[in-house]
Amino acid sequence: MFFYRNYMRYIYLLALLAVMLFSVNLFANTDSLQNIRTTQDAVYRRPFIGNLGNSTSIGGYAEANTNYFSQSGVSEGFSMEMRRFNLFVYSSISSRIKLLAELEFEHGTEEIALETAMLDFEIDPALVFRGGIILAPIGGFNQKHDSPLYEFIDRPMVSTQIIPATLSEMGFGVNGKLFFGESFIATYDAYLVNGLRDGIILNSDGRTLLRRGRVMEMFEESHNGVPSVTGKIALRHRQYGEIGISAYRGIYNSFRKEGIDVDERRAVLITALDYSLAISSITIQGEVAMNTIDVPANLKEINGSKQLGFYTDVIFPVTTFTMLDYANTVLNLNARIDYIDYNIGTFAATGGNIGDEVTALSFGVSLRPTTTSVFRVNYRNSNIVDIVGNSVVNKGIQFGFATYF
Amino acid sequence: MKKFDCFITLVGLVLGLSFTSCDTFISTSISDDEALDGPIATLSGAETGRHIIGDEEFSKVYSISDGLGPIFNAASCEACHIADGRGHAFTTFTRFGRVENGVFDALQDFGGPQLQDKSLPGFSAEFLPALANVHSGFMAPAVTGLGYVEALDDSTLMRLADPEDANKDGISGRLNYVIPPEFFKPGSKHVPVNGKYIARFGRKAMAIDLVHQSVNAFFNDMGISSEYHPQDIRNVQSSDVTDNANDPEISAKVVEDVAFYLRTLKVPPRRNSNDADVIEGEKAFLQVGCGNCHVQTLKTGMSAIGSLHKVEFHPYSDFLLHDMGSELNDGYTEGDALSSEWRTTPLWGIGLAHVSNGGAIAFLHDGRAKTIRQAIDYHGGEAADSRSKFKALNAILQDKILKFLQSL
Repeated sequence: MFFYRNYMRYIYLLALLAVMLFSVNLFANTDSLQNIRTTQDAVYRRPFIGNLGNSTSIGGYAEANTNYFSQSGVSEGFSMEMRRFNLFVYSSISSRIKLLAELEFEHGTEEIALETAMLDFEIDPALVFRGGIILAPIGGFNQKHDSPLYEFIDRPMVSTQIIPATLSEMGFGVNGKLFFGESFIATYDAYLVNGLRDGIILNSDGRTLLRRGRVMEMFEESHNGVPSVTGKIALRHRQYGEIGISAYRGIYNSFRKEGIDVDERRAVLITALDYSLAISSITIQGEVAMNTIDVPANLKEINGSKQLGFYTDVIFPVTTFTMLDYANTVLNLNARIDYIDYNIGTFAATGGNIGDEVTALSFGVSLRPTTTSVFRVNYRNSNIVDIVGNSVVNKGIQFGFATYF
Repeated sequence: MKKFDCFITLVGLVLGLSFTSCDTFISTSISDDEALDGPIATLSGAETGRHIIGDEEFSKVYSISDGLGPIFNAASCEACHIADGRGHAFTTFTRFGRVENGVFDALQDFGGPQLQDKSLPGFSAEFLPALANVHSGFMAPAVTGLGYVEALDDSTLMRLADPEDANKDGISGRLNYVIPPEFFKPGSKHVPVNGKYIARFGRKAMAIDLVHQSVNAFFNDMGISSEYHPQDIRNVQSSDVTDNANDPEISAKVVEDVAFYLRTLKVPPRRNSNDADVIEGEKAFLQVGCGNCHVQTLKTGMSAIGSLHKVEFHPYSDFLLHDMGSELNDGYTEGDALSSEWRTTPLWGIGLAHVSNGGAIAFLHDGRAKTIRQAIDYHGGEAADSRSKFKALNAILQDKILKFLQSL
């Protein structure tokens, strides 16, 4: 609640910070760093945006895959799915104003959402005002989630179950990029957004799940009149990669109806650390996230009040060769470890650990004829532990492709 | 070209491993005799189809918009009956009342008899009222094989009952007759006495059939009103109203589908039944008199489901109320049952108790016994003589009895 009663103080602090950072930027040698990509750049570093003049571009990406999984020996059989078909619209309205929108068709027409529709007004690379339906800068995956960028078909579990990617919300704020010397770029993001909703608890999944609190109707106003705050700071080294820390905090419940308080204000806090490191030719990327949710006392245990997850991908380019017309086809060998715990704690009745955890190991091969298209074969072995500790094994194979267009 | 060949070989290797060795790469099934859940194998295709629909309803997690609460104990059937097996200590709920001058009062005006200790945000959960001077924990029982129990004729249970201990064996199991709810549809197997019917489900034998049991569970455990019980639950300890979902929150069909699912669950499978120790253990089990209540074999009456029609089954229970002595007398009771009386729990599936609750084994109505031997120790009253005989056996024979029980 401290946050929400001191907005102005935070806005002043933010402005001061921006001025300070802007000053730092003036003294840095930025020329050689301009083309280094940061996670913050991901939304504008899509291949369809070729001309940054006064123009409007349309692009997108598509992904499809096959599935064959079995759990405790029981399989639903072989299936194929078109997971996503996303359309981007980018417009460079003027030299300092640009707009980017993303319309997502997920699982056919099962879920159609205007995932992003944001307007940027750039004072300087160090200070950009952003408003609209924005991607919350929490973790790395949420900002950079296009399927063709990844070597695995499934999204990391921590990024969808602990951080509710894709978390895009109506909001306003600032971001910027600062250059230090010839090797370092720092980025920051800070926004006020409408916030997650009540569905976080007592939803049809039977567990605390932040993605159940996402607002599917982006044009709606806030449900409780209290914006959430989200921000991120990241540091990118020209050669070795990027590391970022981020947070998201807000009141998720409808604590007030018709001006009368009907419940306590209940907060949700997401904290995350993301990284992308390049060691020789190997890329190691991942994120760790922790959620703290204020759950009503009598719902604790069935609804977790602490959640944790992480993933790490290791991508090893085995060879680059010519295949058909593609002179720089890359073959990667990949490995991923996923872990999520939906409910950290112990049972009051027994002192035993509350389960509700998943650990998964995935291995795969990916083939990139170009940097914008990827064919992938994945094998995943998951150990799923229910709330009381019963475990089942889920294993399966997927094949799929994803490409920008 | 060499690199391309290398690539083709590698991809071929991966694809080959992926698709030609599926047995290695996909998960293996749990052997049938290690799984509690699953339908009766001989159901017809249509029956299996309805079983699956019922399974989905049984597993469904009710949310606020579905009508959960406003006060409740769990959000789904499966939350307590995990994998159709026994519950876990964290879902064990409390029932309470007041005993004054030997008369039990369920304290219905104070939220009794069941304590719904969870609530929707903004609503108050119930608390144990100061007036309550007795209470008992209730751990969810396994739900496997219930269709066979439902298909028993009343006459079979009446034959097993011996309320006056006429045969002087020290065992005086009796029937619990209850007033049926309005939605109860009596069948040819039911024998009413003064408008009451024999109840056979629940720890205190309070539900006549699986629809009755399901309606009660939806209402009391989950706060879900149904066409059979259209009035929703509310916390009478507070000024709270009911939830905002329209009543009834589920249709009669949903209740019937869940009842059908329960009706068509297989009986828990036996393991090692031909093992010499197990066979000897069962003999000893019967010799010490355990089988007087834990009756080995019963036969169903007529049933519309072919697989349940006039078939023998082995529940190791007589489904009657027995006095279990002070050891299991919590002071709390229901209906005509005395506070020391409990319906004989079927022993089938006792050897698989560990598979449904993460290995945290707990027996008896509130899970107070952590081993079968401890559970035996809690058997007093009518079972005291058998307990003494068990303890008088040498360790080897005791172990054989335990081994037999583990095979159930």
